[in-house]
Amino acid sequence: MAQPVLSVRDLRVEFVTRRGILKAIDGISFDIAKGEVLGVVGESGAGKSVTGSAVIGLIDPPGRIAGGEVLLSGMRIDNLPPEEMRRVRGKRIGMIFQDPLTSLNPLYRVSEQLVETIRTHTNLSASAARKRAIDLLAEVGIPAPERRIDSYPHEFSGGMRQRVVIALALCAEPELIIADEPTTALDVSVQAQIISLLKRLGREHGTAIMLVTHDMGVIAETADRVAVMYAGRIAEIGPVRDVVQNPLHPYAKGLMGAIPSLESDTDRLVQIPGSMPRLSAIPPGCPFNPRCPYVFDRCRVERPEPIQHSEHRVACHLYDESSARSEAVA
Amino acid sequence: MFAFVIRRALQAIGVLLAVGIISFAMFRFAGDPVNQIVSLDTPAAEREQVRRSLGLDDPVPVQFARYLSSAVRGEFGVSYQFRQPVSDLLAERMPATLELAFCATLFAIGFGVLMGVYSGLKRDSFLAKVFQTISLIGISLPTFLIGILLIYLFSVILGWLPSFGRGDTVRLGWWSTGLLTTSGLKALIMPSITLGLFQMTLIMRIVRAEMLEVLRTDYIKFARARGLTTRAIHFGHALKNTLVPVITIVGLQFGSVIAFAIITETVFQWPGMGLLFVQAVQNVDIPIMAAYLMLVALIFVLINLAVDILYTIVDPRLRTSIRQPA
Repeated sequence: MAQPVLSVRDLRVEFVTRRGILKAIDGISFDIAKGEVLGVVGESGAGKSVTGSAVIGLIDPPGRIAGGEVLLSGMRIDNLPPEEMRRVRGKRIGMIFQDPLTSLNPLYRVSEQLVETIRTHTNLSASAARKRAIDLLAEVGIPAPERRIDSYPHEFSGGMRQRVVIALALCAEPELIIADEPTTALDVSVQAQIISLLKRLGREHGTAIMLVTHDMGVIAETADRVAVMYAGRIAEIGPVRDVVQNPLHPYAKGLMGAIPSLESDTDRLVQIPGSMPRLSAIPPGCPFNPRCPYVFDRCRVERPEPIQHSEHRVACHLYDESSARSEAVA
Repeated sequence: MFAFVIRRALQAIGVLLAVGIISFAMFRFAGDPVNQIVSLDTPAAEREQVRRSLGLDDPVPVQFARYLSSAVRGEFGVSYQFRQPVSDLLAERMPATLELAFCATLFAIGFGVLMGVYSGLKRDSFLAKVFQTISLIGISLPTFLIGILLIYLFSVILGWLPSFGRGDTVRLGWWSTGLLTTSGLKALIMPSITLGLFQMTLIMRIVRAEMLEVLRTDYIKFARARGLTTRAIHFGHALKNTLVPVITIVGLQFGSVIAFAIITETVFQWPGMGLLFVQAVQNVDIPIMAAYLMLVALIFVLINLAVDILYTIVDPRLRTSIRQPA
C-alpha cells in the first residue's frame, strides 16, 4: 500500500481541569489513504470532533496533545511550531464545520473571504485569486458564481452556505479534508446533495476525507472505511460494508442494530442499555464493560488492545485467541 | 436607505418638538419673565407695557408657535444677564466645547479600543490586569475629582500644564480654535483626559468583552482552520465584529460628553457652553438654559441618526433589513 495521506499513531489528547486530567482521546491509531473516505462515528463525547481538531492542530487550552504522532503524507505535523502549523492548515488540510450558518464571517462578502484564503496560501494576484474563487464556487455547484460571489453570507441559504464553506476548505487543493458533521445542521434533501458533492470532490481530486458524523446513514453511503469510537478509543475499524453488516465489537453491534431498516418490521429498535461514561469516570479495563452483554472478568481489569480480525481491527477481548470465550459469541 | 433616513428624520423632529415644549415651559414655570427683566421698583403700568411688547399677554399656544418659529431660525431671545442674543453667546462658546468633546472622544476611542483589544487577546497578561484596574478607577472616580487631581499633579507640583482656560486661540471665520497654537493644545490635554476617562474605560470594557465573545465564535474557528494569519483573524475578522456595540456606545457617549462637559468646564474654567450654562443656572437666565436644552437635544438626535447610518455601513445584514422593512 502506498503511503497514507494521514496517519495517526497512538494519539492522546487530554484536558487539564481543576478536578484532574480528562483523557478525551486515549491512544487511537488509524490511516487514511489518498482518495479514501474514512467515516468516524460514535455518540456525542466519544472524541470524534476532538480527533479532527487534534489532526488540524486546533486543540485549545486547557486541552493538549499528550502523546502519539500525526503524520501528513509522512511528515510529522503534531509538533510543528504554531506558524508552520498555520501554513499547513487551509493549505494541506481543509476543514468543514457543522454549522454553515455560523462558519462564515457575516461582515465580509463571500468573494473577500475566498480571495483572502487563496492569497494567504498562494502567490496569486488579486484578480487571479478572484478568478479562482469563481471557479471554486462553480465547482461546488453554486449557480451563476460570477454574480453570487459578491453576495454576503446571509444572502445564501443553508445548503448554499455549506457549499461556500466547502469551497473555502478547497481553496488551496488540500490533501486532506476533515468534515466535522458537515450535514447535521442541514435539511435531509440538502444533506444528500452535500454528501454527493463531498464524494465527487474527493474522487476527482484524490483528496482523503475524514468524515466525522453520528449519522450511520451518511457513513454507509459515503465512507470507504469506518471507525467506531467509544469513550476516546476506537472500538472497531474496518471496511464500511463489513462493519455495517457484520460488526464484531459488541458496541458496534448495538449501534448497527439501532439503524432502522425498511425490510424488517421490528416494532422497537435495539437500544444499548445505559449511557457512555463521563470522561472523569471511565471504568478500568474496557470502557464499554458496564454496558456490554458479553462482559466477562478480563474486561473489567485489562484494557483490550486492537486486534486484527479478518479485515477489521477490533478492540475487544472476545476476539483474542488467548481468551477462551471467543467461540461462545461467534 | 433614503426612505430610512427620511423616516428617522421625521422621528427626530418629533423628539425636538417635545424638547421644545419642555424648554418653552421653563419660561412659564420658573417665575414671571417680566420680573427677571425689570427692576424691583418698576411701576405696574410699565410692567404691563414690557409684557405686551414681548408678546407675553398672547395665548400660550400663540407664544409657543412664536417661540418655535424663532427657534427654527436659530433665535432664542436675549440673555437676561448679558443683554445679548443667546444665539450669539452660544455660537461664541460652541467651538470651545466641541473641540474639547472631540479631543476627549478621540482620546477615549484611541486608548479604549487599543486597551480593550489588548486585554481581550491577552487577558491573563500582567498589562491586561493593569488595564482592568485602571478602568475600575476610571469608572468609579467622579470627573471633578480626577480633574482636580490632574491639576494638582501637572499644574501645581510639576507645573507642566496650565490649570485653567483655553490658552491662545486663533479665529477661523466665526470659529475660534485652540488646536493651532501650542498653548491651546497644552490647555486641551488635561480637560480632554478628564472628560474622556470615563468613556475610555467604558469603551475598553466593551471592546474587551466583545473580543472575548467574538473569538469564541465558529467563524473565528473556521478562519483559523483556513490557516489565516493571527493578525488577519484578530484585526480583520474579530475586531470588525465588535464594532456595532462600540459604535452605539461611542455615539451615545459623544452626546453625553458634550452635555456633561459642564463639570469639566467648571473645574478647568473652560470657556465653553457648559460654563455658560452653569452661570445661566446661577442667575436664572432662562433663555440660555432653554436654548442649551434644545441644542443638546439636537446634537443627540443628529448623533443617533449618524449611528444608525454607521451600523448599516459596518453590518451588511442590517442593509437588507432596512431595504425591506418587516
